[in-house]
Amino acid sequence: MIRVLVAKPGLDGHDRGAKVIARALRDAGMEVIYTGLHQTPEQIADAALQEDVQVVAISVLSGAHPTLVPRIVNLVRQNGQEDVLILLGGIIPEQDVPAMLDAGVAAVFGPGTDTRDIIAYITEHLPAA
Amino acid sequence: MSELGGRVLRQERAGVARALTVVERGGSPGRELLRELFPHTGHAHVVGVTGAPGVGKSTLVDGIALEARRRGRTVGIIAVDPSSPFTGGAILGDRIRMQDAVMDAGVFMRSLASRGQTGGLSRSCAASLEVLDAAGFDLILVETVGAGQSEIEIMALGHTTVVVMAPGLGDDIQAIKAGILEIADVFVVNKADREGADRTVREIRSMLHLAALAPPWPPPIIRTVAQTRQGVADLLDSLDRHQIFLQESGTLAGRRLHRTAHLLRQAVTDLADRRLQAAMEGGDWELVLRDILAGRRDPEDVAGTILSGETPGSPGRKEP
Ligand SMILES: Nc1nc2c(ncn2[C@@H]2O[C@H](COP(=O)(O)OP(=O)(O)O)[C@@H](O)[C@H]2O)c(=O)[nH]1
Ligand SMILES: [Mg+2]
Repeated sequence: MIRVLVAKPGLDGHDRGAKVIARALRDAGMEVIYTGLHQTPEQIADAALQEDVQVVAISVLSGAHPTLVPRIVNLVRQNGQEDVLILLGGIIPEQDVPAMLDAGVAAVFGPGTDTRDIIAYITEHLPAA
Repeated sequence: MSELGGRVLRQERAGVARALTVVERGGSPGRELLRELFPHTGHAHVVGVTGAPGVGKSTLVDGIALEARRRGRTVGIIAVDPSSPFTGGAILGDRIRMQDAVMDAGVFMRSLASRGQTGGLSRSCAASLEVLDAAGFDLILVETVGAGQSEIEIMALGHTTVVVMAPGLGDDIQAIKAGILEIADVFVVNKADREGADRTVREIRSMLHLAALAPPWPPPIIRTVAQTRQGVADLLDSLDRHQIFLQESGTLAGRRLHRTAHLLRQAVTDLADRRLQAAMEGGDWELVLRDILAGRRDPEDVAGTILSGETPGSPGRKEP
């Protein structure tokens, strides 16, 4: 069973996109842990740890990804979750993508991504159990 | 003791998390781990929290956990949500309302999907409880939705059952099954800030009178406002009193026996399921069915063979 944490860090008040992803992943047969808005990087990493997820899908719309995302990746890795697949979605300007990948994000999905592409990406790149 | 088992006993967060995954997955690694951990269980007070969706169970669990932490206890939480019967997927959203407690190093919270199996749910839930119990959490809270058969089974795994209701959620009381009435040790009327809370309390009271129960433990009815933590300390006091009642009345021993019986029944059913599965996947299954159909073999005998773990297609059998 694939377990995914859908995480919504930062101050932006919209989780419509995160919920659409959550439902799509559920409909693809995954178990999705959703923790709501305004999560700190510490809360996200701790939830990923307790829930022992294989995937963390982060959604950021506020533009705060340059500071938030590397923190989340570092905390998750510090917790010993070396293999967890970290995905990023939301509004991420093209020029920021390389920095996000450098920070340890496996893939960035822009607005309008077909959720089927995300599902396919997860099933193809899932760390071995 | 395996490395993972040791990490559980040390209440290492990552170890507990991985152990829960291993036992949820089942199979022989899960069984082996449970065997190791079992001698270290029996310490926790296991409290089930059940009620209709939206009554405030998660918010209440968050509050109880915080209050228990204030009193110096460690807390494990399991929140069960249904899996989709069509895709097997699930959205597990109880953490949204548990944000205050779950960052504390003395609290461990895990979301569990029902994964569609009735018996299997109580098995994986029981296994998760054993892990948290072995990890040494003093109080374990189990949140489940509604009042279906599987929830009642899960509640049978705990020591104390809290049934949560809220005013204005329709004909809540009528919807309560007799089974729930029997298993409720504490009633909570949450959302006491809303109109109608008094009525809900009165309805529960009259329902308890109607049932004409004169139990040695008359279930208290506690009003709470989970969001503001109002009444939560009273609720924890009641949970403590119930635990003492169980110990002093000797009921605890009875419940442990009941729980053990439940676990044994579950283990037998699981084993039988696995053996049946193995027989069905064996190459001779179709031939066995044809033999039974033709009256050459008796289904009861074949069942006995399957349950004993032998392959039902007898080697010396000759086709007519
Ligand atoms: N007015 C009021 N709302 C509450 C109270 N407790 C919880 N809620 C709200 O009720 C909704 C459902 O709560 P939740 O804990 O998720 O319920 P659950 O589905 O039973 O776990 C949330 O919006 C809570 O904020 C309360 O005591 N009073
Ligand atoms: Mg809930």
